[in-house]
Amino acid sequence: MSLAPVEVDEPTSDEDVASDTPWIVLVWNDPINLMSYVTFVLQKLFGYSKEKATTLMLDVHEKGRAVVASGAREKCELDVFRLHEHGLWATMQHD
Amino acid sequence: MTRGPVRRTRQGDFELKLSEHERQLLGDLVGQLTSVLGDDYQPSENPILRRLFPVAHPDDHDLEASYQELVGNDLVSLRREKLLVVAATLNENKVDEQTLLAWLNVINDLRLVLGTHLDVSEDDDHDLLDPNNPDADTYAIYGYLGYLLDSIIESLA
Repeated sequence: MSLAPVEVDEPTSDEDVASDTPWIVLVWNDPINLMSYVTFVLQKLFGYSKEKATTLMLDVHEKGRAVVASGAREKCELDVFRLHEHGLWATMQHD
Repeated sequence: MTRGPVRRTRQGDFELKLSEHERQLLGDLVGQLTSVLGDDYQPSENPILRRLFPVAHPDDHDLEASYQELVGNDLVSLRREKLLVVAATLNENKVDEQTLLAWLNVINDLRLVLGTHLDVSEDDDHDLLDPNNPDADTYAIYGYLGYLLDSIIESLA
């Protein structure tokens, strides 16, 4: 697993303008998922370092939600799908 | 470091130190989750299914409908595949990493199901084991699944 945080704000080139409008992926706090599990999933799915994944997990836990990824709609929808596959409560919206 | 029931071996696979009783319990729960899931994705008001299949676009009905159409069945079939992996390896003492990752997701799903059923909140830890609580057994299983999940995560780290 990479120690470097993955750059999620990738430059987009030839996709159409509408789908380039930035979207954000949110993970919401819930009382069931273990903190260790949320951290593990964020590392696994996004390649985040332990430190970055832990910071995001603590934001979810303490602030109720955190932005875990961003980008074009299709990319964010895939991120949400993978988070749902892993049982995290994720939504997406326009930035 | 604590010695949990799941440990990585020198060969890189994972040892599962679980009793007969634990394996039987997991098998029962896996069977129950399999029947709750059904074969295809169906939008539902059932709080357990709503928790397993959260809304992606809470503010946009049309986008949400297309999201569900796009991925709903995949989310069901991926869960069913992992349930089959766990059911097929319930009595193994050693599994590879891919198998353990299926266990990870399935046990987390079981916690989501039981936790939603119990309507747990972050601050009701104290009365969980009160024997007068009618849900005491379910709380005990819920707690056990958390312990097992933590051990799996620790072994994978």
